[in-house]
Amino acid sequence: MNFNIEWTGEFVAFFVLAVCAIVGAVMAFNFTKVVHMALSLAFTFVSLAGLYVVLDAEFVAFVQVLLYVGAVTILMIFGIMMTKHQDEGEEKSRPLLEVLSLVGCLCLLALLILAIRDANFPTEPAAALPTDNTREIGLQLFSRWAVPFELISVLLTVAFIGAIALAKREEDPK
Amino acid sequence: MNMLASYLTLAAVLFCIGLYGALTKRNAIIVLLSIELMLNAVNLNLVAFSKYGVQPSLTGQIFSLFTMAIAAAEAAVGVAILVAIYRARVTVNVDEFDELRR
Repeated sequence: MNFNIEWTGEFVAFFVLAVCAIVGAVMAFNFTKVVHMALSLAFTFVSLAGLYVVLDAEFVAFVQVLLYVGAVTILMIFGIMMTKHQDEGEEKSRPLLEVLSLVGCLCLLALLILAIRDANFPTEPAAALPTDNTREIGLQLFSRWAVPFELISVLLTVAFIGAIALAKREEDPK
Repeated sequence: MNMLASYLTLAAVLFCIGLYGALTKRNAIIVLLSIELMLNAVNLNLVAFSKYGVQPSLTGQIFSLFTMAIAAAEAAVGVAILVAIYRARVTVNVDEFDELRR
């Protein structure tokens, strides 16, 4: 692996957004208040949306902002509001669990980075992606991927009905 | 080091941070958010391969859209289960959810 990095515009954008994403994720697990953690992870999700724009995936970036920042984070904040967090800040430490998890995660990271270093990646892309990728995604989604798309919509409907049924307050038996 | 390797390394780092959070945090909401972070790292891999892979195509982006839909369903069901357990046990700490062990 050589470190002759050419400072192209794409690499600078990648570097800045990658630092934002990692800082957001690391800070999330250093805060003591749950709301701060959720907002810090929202920052990570926004940085990832920026990375998708750098990767020429504007539609995925838009969906990322809409879904993760707009829906999932807000859903989690509603979850925080509906539950009590009176014992935050006095998290009792579990040193054995934390050390074991840290060692496991670092081993996994080392393994992944070694695998990435040894892999043979194509240096030049064979063909460029279509520029109007929103239109192309729409066309492919409703022709080649029509069946998975319908299955996903059925699954989403079932999951949301299930969520409503689970979270509904049960009536007192009379 | 070409760009694809950089993206894959970033995704690996984010995945490991998410895994650490999911394993060590006690608050169930933070555990759910860590799982979302891990899914996001996988999405980054899919989109990176869709641009820099051997055969660049939009399939990676479409797969990442499917993953996002699954992640949204997972988050909704997770929060619903959390609210239901909170009603019964008045706690959100995952190490106190031990009904199935009794």
